[in-house]
Amino acid sequence: MLPAARGRLSEELFAALAANDAVSERSIPRPDSPDDEQIALWALYELHYRGFDEVDADREWDPDLLRLRRDLERSFEERLRTWVSIPEAAGPVSEVIEKLIAVDDAPSIARFVQRRATGDQVRTVLQHRSIYHLKESDPVSWIVPRLEAGPKAALAGLQFDEYGSGQPSRLHHRLFADGLRAAELDDTYGRYIDEAPVEILELNNAMSLFGLHRRWRGAGLGHLAVFEATSSLPSRQMAQGLRRLGFPEPVAHYYDEHVEADAVHEQLALRLICDVLVEEEPDQRDSVLFGAATCLELEARYARKILRQWDAA
Amino acid sequence: MSVDEPDVIMCPDGPMLLRGHHRVADESGEVFETERPFSAVCRCGKSATRPWCDGSHKLLRRTKTT
Repeated sequence: MLPAARGRLSEELFAALAANDAVSERSIPRPDSPDDEQIALWALYELHYRGFDEVDADREWDPDLLRLRRDLERSFEERLRTWVSIPEAAGPVSEVIEKLIAVDDAPSIARFVQRRATGDQVRTVLQHRSIYHLKESDPVSWIVPRLEAGPKAALAGLQFDEYGSGQPSRLHHRLFADGLRAAELDDTYGRYIDEAPVEILELNNAMSLFGLHRRWRGAGLGHLAVFEATSSLPSRQMAQGLRRLGFPEPVAHYYDEHVEADAVHEQLALRLICDVLVEEEPDQRDSVLFGAATCLELEARYARKILRQWDAA
Repeated sequence: MSVDEPDVIMCPDGPMLLRGHHRVADESGEVFETERPFSAVCRCGKSATRPWCDGSHKLLRRTKTT
């Protein structure tokens, strides 16, 4: 189902999509807020993933929608560039990324969940995270055909693990769906989109932006490296917090799996993917670092927002 | 496999990365089989999921530098 509109643009766009009407630059207003822009962009990206029951599948490649998407992406990109700067440090990108992570001073949602969060607060986090975790790793799959043999083989290995090494029951988005159901939440894809704050939309849209554009392949991989390298220890804290609160085992199991899997993926992404990509294609260096810094910035914005809301920062 | 494609990779201040299928014996002789396309073996001794890495080496590094 299409999400609820968050402003004039998304209202016009979603009405046109549902009615299978054409959109033109004249009929679609400019976004009136970041929320409006991001929910419209999220819905346009979803046409490339699972789509919506009420939207004709052919609209995925509608040139007018692609033009609108490009306009929204450009304004999103501009905003990202004002938030994120590319570090100028020398040395392998893996080292630069590890330093970026080491000096990151964002508050930690996982630590809060581990120690103090209530069950309702954790359920809110699970709902927000479901927007990505129910299509976990999918945005990165777009990057595979755009790489040379070295980083491609390593990324394919990483993705194969994300996708359960051939076993549907071990596939990460399946594990998260199992966890949601066990926690008596809805595991329908996109079910909680209307609950997602703009920071969650930005996190998701950045991954789709990097995944769907070949020119952003480096950024997609830099983003992946930070995502994986900031996952193992927080996943352990999440699992501890879920057990402290008595959540059913399948929810904690999703995070247990990520303690071990992401300890591997971190090394793969840093050393066999990002370092090798930049060695082979030095002009990708800034893009990789931009993606890495973007991941940290957008995660920090979400953490600050939600912890401030709970008076927990 | 060419020589620039090792299947055992030592990560700086981190685990030993294994490519492909391996059987790993821990200190007590118990044998663990890899289940992933790549696996990371703990080298710092602090992992709670030994023989596999769980990222604990990063906590050691943090204590060392502060």
